[in-house]
Formats: sequence, structure tokens, C-alpha cells
Amino acid sequence: MTPPGFVLPDMLPAAAEIFLLGMACIVLVVDVYLPERFRRFTYQLSQASLAGAALLVLATFPDTRATTFEGAFVADPMAAVLKMFILVVSGFGLFYSRVHLEARRLMRGEYFVLGLFAVLGMLVLVSAGSFLTLYLGLELLSLSLYAMVALDRESRLASEAAMKYFVLGALASGMLLYGISMIYGSTGSLGFSAVAESVGAAATSGSGMRLTLVLGLVFVVVGVAFKLGAVPFHMWVPDVYEGAATPVTLFIGTAPKIAAFGMLMRALVEGLGALQADWSQMLVVLAVLSMGAGNVIALAQTNIKRMLAYSTIAHVGFIFVGVVSGTAAGYAASMFYVLTYALMALGGFAMVIWLGSAGEEADRLEDFRGLNERNPWFAFMMLILMLSMAGMPPFVGFWAKWSVLREVVASGMTWLAVVAVLFSVVGLFYYLRVVRLMYFDSPEEKAPVSSLADMRVVVSVNALAILALGIYPGALLRLCAAVVVP
Amino acid sequence: MIPLSHFIVLGAILFCISMAGIFLNRKNVIVLLMSIELMLLSVNLNFVAFSRFLGDTAGQVFVFFILTVAAAEAAIGLAILVVLFRNRGTINVADLDTAKG
Repeated sequence: MTPPGFVLPDMLPAAAEIFLLGMACIVLVVDVYLPERFRRFTYQLSQASLAGAALLVLATFPDTRATTFEGAFVADPMAAVLKMFILVVSGFGLFYSRVHLEARRLMRGEYFVLGLFAVLGMLVLVSAGSFLTLYLGLELLSLSLYAMVALDRESRLASEAAMKYFVLGALASGMLLYGISMIYGSTGSLGFSAVAESVGAAATSGSGMRLTLVLGLVFVVVGVAFKLGAVPFHMWVPDVYEGAATPVTLFIGTAPKIAAFGMLMRALVEGLGALQADWSQMLVVLAVLSMGAGNVIALAQTNIKRMLAYSTIAHVGFIFVGVVSGTAAGYAASMFYVLTYALMALGGFAMVIWLGSAGEEADRLEDFRGLNERNPWFAFMMLILMLSMAGMPPFVGFWAKWSVLREVVASGMTWLAVVAVLFSVVGLFYYLRVVRLMYFDSPEEKAPVSSLADMRVVVSVNALAILALGIYPGALLRLCAAVVVP
Repeated sequence: MIPLSHFIVLGAILFCISMAGIFLNRKNVIVLLMSIELMLLSVNLNFVAFSRFLGDTAGQVFVFFILTVAAAEAAIGLAILVVLFRNRGTINVADLDTAKG
């Protein structure tokens, strides 16, 4: 019996999320009853869930913006594209993880279940239509990631990293919530469209409400910056990247960045777009500090996971540079950047997993010494990844940096573009150091590194996709420009 | 009737105490977890006060969600704490310094 006045919400726009939730619960239960030797079935079921969710996203691809659950859930083309990338990147991530976990006898169902719940959190996050949905998606993602970092129970480094991640992540959530409470207090609503209306009225009338709004905005920006790992809120990034097992690092370093970009777009652009002048100043400071500190500190690293952590921080700075331009084209450039960055980071961590799959964890830069003599094909793949991250043509990293810089110059902030280019030149040095180690140094041990056939195929697809997107960037650039929220 | 500003100032004071607890504490990880809980509760106070004065129930609904998530968060935090204690035999904040650079 439905109570009077209750209308069942339209579930179709959220079909992918509902499916993934159901599948995650099924995987959880199936895994409990599975004998140890069939553990691979959990993995296959998880991959099938991601594939099914991706199919549902494609099948329900919206032409225009649709909302459901009283406006708390938004299905628009931008969300659909971000979701597709999140699902595909996570699928690749689970594949690489399986290789690593099987080699170390760490193959446990928890990894896959937590991974699926994290993906669900990301999907909800990019579809958030109100601050409540945003918060719930973010927490589902974060709580799963804290537990994943601590998954390697015997490792002292992993448990320390998990504790740091947990405390700083919870602090960030607290700040974000405090900001949301201030925004709720001054606008009287939680939905992004209602908030945007009140904020627009307040920004033009110049009432005292503006002060409360800007106070709330500061806390929201700090919370978002914490989650993305922008300087000065980056303290957790290097420790977590180094301390967590490599598959977990790979998982944290790729798809959640896409989701965090979605969160940035929803909260700042869609909800608080009228305060663009205020938040773009804050983002400029974060962007310059992130690009500077990230690129410079990365030079001093000897551990490749730590080096990639600082490189992530620098890339986050670049993503902010596109957003501060405040135009639809700028948002599209940032979206292109974050999508391609996720692909590059995926490949980079896959190389660390592959090199360490024989036995010892290979996360020192030294381990890449003379890789060309030990396995020329993989050395070439690593060359593509490093040059693309550094932003060299003809790889896709160049187009990402180029489109962001073009938009920021077009919006009149040429000095910011100059700063970004200068720090990229600094960044070039540490990416090229990896290339030098691989090609011009002789290896400590001469034994060739072999690999599983499927690992070779998937890594090659990943790296060659970066080369292919670098040669034909037009389609993805146009897609980003077409779907991005104005 | 107590004016809204009293509630907001109380919320801000509690929030500041919890921030100080996180940044100044050098001793015990459990105090960090307590500070995090206090921070979420100060936000709850804000939400309830605003909700009451705006005559809008959405804020109170948000508080229920925050309470639920805080419970899950505390469970995960304590689980990580147990793992940490097993591996290191200490829960001193100052001893969490293996990763550096």
C-alpha cells in the first residue's frame, strides 16, 4: 500500500548505480561461501558487475539533463561520460590488481568488494544534485578507500598510511560539512539548483548574507582540495601512495581523481557558480602552489610511487588552472585533462605492478635501471607514459596541457600560463630521469623480466591508447566540450 | 527564545576545539578520533539550529545521515587503530613517522 501523496521516484536514470549496489552485495555474499581455490571467480564477478554498469550507463545515456529523487540525483551527459571513464579505468585497475594480488597470495575478496563500493561512491558523487548526495557519495568512496589502504594487515607502513589517510580524510569531510552547513544556513536549501538561485540573488544584492556564503565557500574549497590532494592540503598523498600496496595505490590514484573533478564541477560550478570570482582566486593560489611544490619535491624522490604521488599533486594544479578560467571551454579542457591523466596514471602504476610481479616489490627508481636490456617492449611503453605525463608531443599529455593553457590565456591570465609552463619544464627533468635510467644505464641484474601474456596485452593497449589519443585528440576534445556543464 | 547567533557561535567554538585537538595533539591517536567526532557534532548543531530557524526540515534529515556516516567512520577508524597497534605496539601520534620525504 502506498501512502497517499507518495509518488515513486523515477529509478531509470540511476539504473547503473542500483545495479552496481546489488552486484556488490551479491559479490560480498558469494565470496564468503567460495572455497579458496575459486577466489578468481570473485574477480570475474566484479569485472562483470563493472561491465554491466557500463552497459547500463550507455543504454540510459541522457540527451539532456534529467533529475530524479526530488532533484537529488542528476543524470546529464557530463555525468554519463565521467561514469563511463570511471568504470573503464576501474576495470583496468582490477585487472592489474589481480596480477599483483595473485603473485603475493593476497588474493582476498575484500579487495574487490571494497573496490566495487568505492566505484559506487564515485558514480553517486558525479551524479550528485544536492549537497546531501554529494556528501554520501564522497563518504562511501572515502570509507572504502581507508579500508583498502589498511588491507595489507601485516605491513607497518600500510597501517600507518591508513591511519594518516583516515584522520586527514575525516578532517576534510568535517570541513566540507561545516561549509555546507553555512551555505544551508544562508540559502535555506541543499539542492544545487535552489542554492544557485539564492546565491545568484545574494551576490547581486550585496547583502550581509554574502559574508556567510563566502565563509561556507572557503570551507567547501578546502574540503575539495584535501580530497584532490592540492598543496597545502597534500600531506597525505605521498605517504598513502607509498604505504599502500601497489594495486591500492593504483586504485586511489586514478578513478577517484575523475570523481573529484565531478564533485568540483557540481559543488563549485553548478551550486556556487555565482561566486566564481571568489573561488577562482582561491583555486589560483592552490594551483600555483600545487604545480610548484609537486614538481620541485618530485625531483628529490628515490621511490617511484612517491615520485608519482608528487607528480599527481602537480597534475591536480593543472586541472585547477583550467577551472579558474571560468568558461565552458576551460571546464572542458580540465575534463579532458583529468580523463587523460587517469589513463596515464593507470599505465604508470601498472608498470610498477608488472616490474614487481616476479617477487620483490619494485618501487624504487633504481629498479628501472637498464630496463631496455631486460625487456625492450615494456621499456618502450614506460617511455610513452613518462613522455606523455611530461607533456611532450605527440602524446596525449601534450594536448591536455595545451588545451588548458589555451583557455587560461584566452581568459586573460597569461601570467598563470607562464607559471604553469615553467613548472612543467621542471617536471620534465624527473620524468626524463626515468627514461635515462631505462635506456642509458646498465642493469644491476641482467635477467630478462617476463610477464603474463594477458598483462602484456592490457598494458600495451593502455599505453598505445595514450599514443593514439595523442595523434587523434579531436574526438575526445569535442566530446568533453559537448557534454560539459556551462 | 535563544537567538540563532548563540547556536552558531557555540558550533564555531566546538569546531575550533576539535581542530585544535587534531593539530595540537602529539600523544594519542584515540584523542584524534574523539576530535573528529566532536567536529561532526558541531556541524550537526549548526544544521539543527539553521533548520529550526529556517523552518525547513532538510537540515534535520542531513543530521541523521551525518550521524549514521559518523558511526561507520568510527568503526573503520577503530579497526585501523587495532591494526596499527598490532603492527607497532604503540598508538603514539609522534611515532607515526616511518614514511618521510
